[in-house]
Amino acid sequence: MADVLTEAAAKARVLARPKRRRINFGLLSMVVPGTLALVLFSYIPMAGIIIAFKNINYTKGILGSPWIGFKNFEFFLKTPDAWIITRNSVLYNIAFIVLGTIAAVAVAVALDGLRAKRTSRFYQGVMFLPYFFSWIVISTLVFSFLSTDLGFLNKQLFPVLGIAPINWYIEPVYWPFIIIFTNLWKYTGYCSVIYLAAIAGIDQNCFEAAALDGASRWQVTMRIMIPLISYVIIIQVLLSIGRLFYSDFGLFYQVPQNMGPLFKATNVIDTYVYRTLVNVGDIGMSAAAGLYQAAVGFVLVLVSNLVVRRIDPEKSLF
Amino acid sequence: MSGETASTTMKLLKPGRARQVVTHIVFVIICVICLYPLALVIGISFSTESSIAIKGFRLIPLQTSLVAYNFVLKQSDAVIRAYVITIIVTCLGTLLSTLVIALYAYPLSRRDFPQRKLFSFIAFFTMLFSGGLVPWYIVCVQLLHLRNNIWALFLPYTMNAWYVLIMRTFYKTNVPDSIVESAKMDGAGEYTIFFRIIISLAKPGLATIALFNTIVFWNDWWLPLMLVNDPAWFNLQYLMYRVQVNIQYLSSMAGNTNVAGEILRRLPSRTAQMAMCILSIGPIVLAYPFFQKYFVKGITIGSLKE
Repeated sequence: MADVLTEAAAKARVLARPKRRRINFGLLSMVVPGTLALVLFSYIPMAGIIIAFKNINYTKGILGSPWIGFKNFEFFLKTPDAWIITRNSVLYNIAFIVLGTIAAVAVAVALDGLRAKRTSRFYQGVMFLPYFFSWIVISTLVFSFLSTDLGFLNKQLFPVLGIAPINWYIEPVYWPFIIIFTNLWKYTGYCSVIYLAAIAGIDQNCFEAAALDGASRWQVTMRIMIPLISYVIIIQVLLSIGRLFYSDFGLFYQVPQNMGPLFKATNVIDTYVYRTLVNVGDIGMSAAAGLYQAAVGFVLVLVSNLVVRRIDPEKSLF
Repeated sequence: MSGETASTTMKLLKPGRARQVVTHIVFVIICVICLYPLALVIGISFSTESSIAIKGFRLIPLQTSLVAYNFVLKQSDAVIRAYVITIIVTCLGTLLSTLVIALYAYPLSRRDFPQRKLFSFIAFFTMLFSGGLVPWYIVCVQLLHLRNNIWALFLPYTMNAWYVLIMRTFYKTNVPDSIVESAKMDGAGEYTIFFRIIISLAKPGLATIALFNTIVFWNDWWLPLMLVNDPAWFNLQYLMYRVQVNIQYLSSMAGNTNVAGEILRRLPSRTAQMAMCILSIGPIVLAYPFFQKYFVKGITIGSLKE
């Protein structure tokens, strides 16, 4: 309440002041370096989407190369890859959203239920740690388990259990599980922090009232805690839906160590764009796939934001 | 409410003893899953290559040795060089990026900055749409000549719209309008206000952004993957990647030629790879207890407030 009053007072002060000059050179100059970086690394590349509509000829340059309309898109959509990478991107993201959210919320609720606060913080710290490892490091960690001739699974664990060694880096069937597990391993600790903060923000009186009425811990969790943090969950999920066509390049490129036999299970739009540009050298098709991703992604963000705004205007991105 | 009733309700709210124990057991298992891969890689890095060739990767080395670290740090200057480059890039990148973001976000938090909506949008739109990899690459290499030099390793990451939004929120909630106004009454310029007053008020926010940036630059391998092919400019992460690719290549050749097999046998390749991995995450793990709380704070600001 006091905040609202001071804010209103501040607003009134601003309004009461004589009209200021429209340009505050001091403040304006502060945004110049950032604007320059945004223009160079984001906005000029945005203008570069014209590459997707051109048949790039190195001697003529980008502007001089002939327009070919949607030919690049036609070629791209006719490749079997177009379907595979779209399917993989979307399905993996859905798996990450569903399993990741459940895991993070469960961890947050369980951590909140612990009485030993220092131990709880310790668990949180340990689970958060994998977030700070790069995908190269994680790729090495995964390799130490999966290496066909040296790995922990094939050499230590499987002989004990009597399971035959598996050629992990050749067989794509196992990779959906490996990818999803690795993603959960890296991000669950990180995501649970968000939900833990949301739980900490709940008014304790709600719990106390329920507890005095004889509600069990499970009832308190399901009927009070989850509903009260549901808006945070919904926002996080909708934001992820906006990123359905985007993937963590490192997870899909480094962790499977760029192995060709695994592409069926590990190729996503980001890795396809990269390989088409760097390995194949097909600029037009790579740009077309990139624009396909950016355009669909843009629509998804707009739609999910619209939904967020319906639920809670304060939480919408714009 | 008195302390006594508070503790009674606390007991009602938290699960009972048996469930506490079960929860602790589950968390211990999860923590083991989180830490075991790390422990395994540490174990491998202290093993001899020959013991690994026989018994595979083990948590407890059969034969303990420092050969891998010796090889990585003494036999070639590539790792030391990559380490130095990583440190330089992390320092330069973090300083530049944090300063640029702090400067950009501050006017956006000021109600009396007429163009705040415009510049918020300029930053924000980059989160919604991008030109994609190909145009970005062409701009970096052909227009800006960011190829095989130190600039290529951090300049493209200077701006980050997400951090701008976090920082803007931080200024809004931690810098009272009245302070800026009274400083103005005293005749202070915008830069004096920013560097003398605002920065010290926003220190926790800046620390969070700086730490996020530090991790980004320390862990980056994407920029060298795209923009560097001269080994002189490899950073630590990218060098690890190249070593991994080379060992993979040699292993695939090992069946065909004796030379490749011979090279693999003589070099502590696998243990060296693991040793590099440990060297690259060592500083993060050591510094981790000190910066953890800033991260928690930063994520909370970024996710819960507008």
